[in-house]
Amino acid sequence: MSGIVPAPVARQPWMMLFPLFGLIIFGALVLTSAAAGNFDAYAKSHLLRFGIFFVMAVVISRFGKDLVELLTYPAYIVILLMLIAVEIVGQVGGGSQRWLEAGPIRIQPSELMKPAAVMAVAHYYGHLPVGMVPSWRALMPAAGIILTPIAFVLLQPDLGTSLAIAFGGFVVMFLAGLPLRWFIGAGIAGLAMAPVAFFFGLQDYQQKRVLTFLDPENDPLGDGYQITQSKIAIGSGGLFGKGFNEGSQSHLNYLPEPHTDFVFATMAEEWGFAGGLFVLGCFGIILTWGLRVARAANDRFSKLVAAGMTATIFFYVAINLLMVMGFAPVVGIPLPFISHGGSSMMTNMICIGVLMMIHRWNLKQPRTGLIAS
Amino acid sequence: MGLFRKRRTGTKPRELVSQTTLENAFNRRSFVIGAGMGGIGTILAARMAYIAIAENERWVLESESNRVNLSLIPPRRGWILDRNGAPLASNRADFRVDVIPERMRDPEATLAALAEILGLTANNVADISANIEDARGFQPIEVATGLDYEQFAAISVRLPDLPGVVPQRGFSRFYPTGPSVGHLIGYVGPASAEEYEERPDPILITPGYKIGKDALEAQFEDELQGEPGARRVEVTASGRIVRDLETREDRQGAPVRLTIDGPLQDYAARRIGLESGSCVVLDCETGDILCMSSMPSFDPNSFSAGIGRVEYSMLRDDERVPLRNKVLKGLYPPGSTVKPMHCMAFLDAGVKPEESIMCNGGRRVGNRFFNCWSNHGRVDMAKAIYQSCDSYFYHFAQQVGFEKVAEWAHKMGLGEEFDLPVISQFYGTVPDPAWKRRKFETEWQPYDTVNSSIGQGYYLTNPLQLAVMAARLATGDRVVPRLRMDEPVREFEHFAFTPEQIDYVRQAMSDTVNGPGTAGRARLPLENVLMAGKTGTAQVVSLSISDGKTGPWKYRDHGLFVFFAPFDKPKYAGAVVIEHGGGSGAAYPIARDVMTYLFDPAKGLEALRPLEEQWGGTAQQRLDAKYRAYAAAAGEVVQPVPQRSEQIFDQVEAEARLAQRQAEEFAQRPVGVENEGSRAPTSETDNLGRNNQ
Repeated sequence: MSGIVPAPVARQPWMMLFPLFGLIIFGALVLTSAAAGNFDAYAKSHLLRFGIFFVMAVVISRFGKDLVELLTYPAYIVILLMLIAVEIVGQVGGGSQRWLEAGPIRIQPSELMKPAAVMAVAHYYGHLPVGMVPSWRALMPAAGIILTPIAFVLLQPDLGTSLAIAFGGFVVMFLAGLPLRWFIGAGIAGLAMAPVAFFFGLQDYQQKRVLTFLDPENDPLGDGYQITQSKIAIGSGGLFGKGFNEGSQSHLNYLPEPHTDFVFATMAEEWGFAGGLFVLGCFGIILTWGLRVARAANDRFSKLVAAGMTATIFFYVAINLLMVMGFAPVVGIPLPFISHGGSSMMTNMICIGVLMMIHRWNLKQPRTGLIAS
Repeated sequence: MGLFRKRRTGTKPRELVSQTTLENAFNRRSFVIGAGMGGIGTILAARMAYIAIAENERWVLESESNRVNLSLIPPRRGWILDRNGAPLASNRADFRVDVIPERMRDPEATLAALAEILGLTANNVADISANIEDARGFQPIEVATGLDYEQFAAISVRLPDLPGVVPQRGFSRFYPTGPSVGHLIGYVGPASAEEYEERPDPILITPGYKIGKDALEAQFEDELQGEPGARRVEVTASGRIVRDLETREDRQGAPVRLTIDGPLQDYAARRIGLESGSCVVLDCETGDILCMSSMPSFDPNSFSAGIGRVEYSMLRDDERVPLRNKVLKGLYPPGSTVKPMHCMAFLDAGVKPEESIMCNGGRRVGNRFFNCWSNHGRVDMAKAIYQSCDSYFYHFAQQVGFEKVAEWAHKMGLGEEFDLPVISQFYGTVPDPAWKRRKFETEWQPYDTVNSSIGQGYYLTNPLQLAVMAARLATGDRVVPRLRMDEPVREFEHFAFTPEQIDYVRQAMSDTVNGPGTAGRARLPLENVLMAGKTGTAQVVSLSISDGKTGPWKYRDHGLFVFFAPFDKPKYAGAVVIEHGGGSGAAYPIARDVMTYLFDPAKGLEALRPLEEQWGGTAQQRLDAKYRAYAAAAGEVVQPVPQRSEQIFDQVEAEARLAQRQAEEFAQRPVGVENEGSRAPTSETDNLGRNNQ
């Protein structure tokens, strides 16, 4: 950049940060409206949390590669133990529980597990001898790294988070260079197993959600109600929306969860298609930047971690938006950076922090050529 | 295993990987991932564009229909007025509660909660739950009307816990004189599922909306129903009203004004008393139906408020059929009441009034002897009427032929249907040879003439026809009955009788009452008005089963009386039919009192009061008492009927006329006209006030 901007400032990934701030501020506006014009209800804590987690992301971005590689497995194991602890506390306390309480802070280990699992798998494949990558023997530990936490998260039961971990792990393994036919085979097997999984693997309420998704008119006042109301909110917004604080769907409580899962519908009702394009555009820029960071990375570990983090954020965005537009069943997955909620903000900011960290590594040690460590 | 090995070896060369191949794979595959993300992003954008732009109109509409709740306001029903403009059916503002079964989550619990707030009895609750079970779709079921404000408020406050319950301010139909107008006016009720299917208008399933179900209420439905209003409110998802957007007032239905004289209708109904019967009075000059009372009756107020199971079964099981309008649908052999009319037929056939026969306690026709009810000796036309001699009619009917008589019966209104705005009327039978051939495929016999000549045999008439016959006899005009005040008064066709002939029959009928006739007790207790009439007794079963006067009620003879007054210048004509009254003696006292009331309300009421005391109250009070007794017998508890509060409606009660006449008298007293308007209260106005109370 030019000389006016000091180097440390110019070094920051502004291409990602601008859209990110844009989303956060826009999110604060939408959340103000979701609380019927009350800034204090959701928007204030939204900004506050972002502030805290942004500091955390900056701290993460300062980590060196060696330290990160050293800490990856221990961190993974600690989080896995916490996950097991949640299960035990839940069993002892009676009833399911998803968090651990440490003083005023509630830690949701399953959230932390998303980036942790990605890091662990990336670490595993990043340091695997190249020749071993396409072998069955090498697959087993990676599968273990992913499936163990998934099993515990499913016990909670939390289908959305399980899928997020699986997706992150899948993307890392795919990019690690595993043979393509394994994925194709797994895909076919998955399709064949889907009915079995549906009838034996899913809870009753989850089955109902899937059925409702396939035929929303079937249950217009129950589960289908949420999807229908969401579509009404998005559809009635039109091109430019009804105007800030003018959305009837959210203000008159027709829209369920207007500040968390269906925050995009709240936004779309008031800001219309234009607002939707803005949100999609911001996410597009952030994710593209993430993938570019991955491609620019010097070693396989960094590449895989960056791609995995990007995929995790993408998973949130895609599933949430598909859901509010009636393309996916209702699973409780919030929209990153806009929905009100601490845990999703934390997970996503960890992902951002890790991406910023790899971005910093890339700058520090520019790619030299084909041969790298 | 061999196969596996073979495949493995075959694919092995491709699995040779190096740092470079992995690098390439990463680049390729990250591109695929990126493309996938971009693809999904594009799909999302396209989807959003589709919903928000292409389908925008649809979702805006849905959003509006979410936000805005349009509730229809049931229109106030038009009033049904009597000839003087007093309401026979009006509306009373009240608070009411309905439930919409489809919206109820737990009907039993909801109903229990309502029963507690409203103090409903187990009986009421059973009725309501039966209705809820029968209901279809969004058809509202009435829970209670006439709530006081505290109850209404108590329910309104608890609405969020009571889904499907609709409390509202509305109007309920009110019939001030209750049973007196039950058959005439009919009643209203919520539209049935069938009616809604026939005409799927949302107003029909709006709670509180009622349509005419019977008689005039049903007949004038289109005029009375009015136009519903609408209220647009913004509501939250849970149904809480945020604000009013717009309200369109309802338009009340047009009033329908009848020729009925409300107080007279009430008086006649009450005067029938414990008997089962009907009374019709016409205005001879215009054909106006002044009263058509049929008793015993039902209270249309109960029907309109949603009649209870117990009350309905009481009405249904009564052998005196309180659910049938006897004026239009009661068919009785007219008996001797047709004799004056038959005399007109004889006159038309050329029989002279002086021509006479000998009644020897009967008469031989062909080879059979037919009894008369007495031995009248020498009988001419006048005596045949006032003494009701059967022999005379056996003879002359034989002489002129019954076709001639039947032709006049039709001309006089028997066997005819009248052009009236009623749901149905039974027109009965005037027998003649052609009719008998058609009906039974047998020839007319002399004994058919004999039976028919005294109004027996196949003869069947309804009370309205008898009243019309009386009016036509009295005037010699083809009087056509009229029920709506706004229909034009028709010019009646005059029958080709000379004034002398008409006077002759009038005089003979006057003699029936005021002379040496069969109904001496029917003489009006008035100085200047003489009533003419003709008695009739219709056998119900043969003399071998019952003598018709005593014994089981349903074997007793019907008592009939047709009349007009004043006899020389007929103004009013009518008929009274008392089922199983044991003879005409049951009918003419009623006719006498009704006519007395018409000319002198005070005297009429004087006659009614002691009778009602003896019977145990007015028709309304007796019906209420009977219902309580019936319910008690059925093991149900019935709340006492609430007292009426709106005194304004009392103006169609029989007593109202009295008060009105007194007021008129005071008004006509000579007072200083010029200072009438600004006069300070004096003893005179004090008087007026006191007397009006």
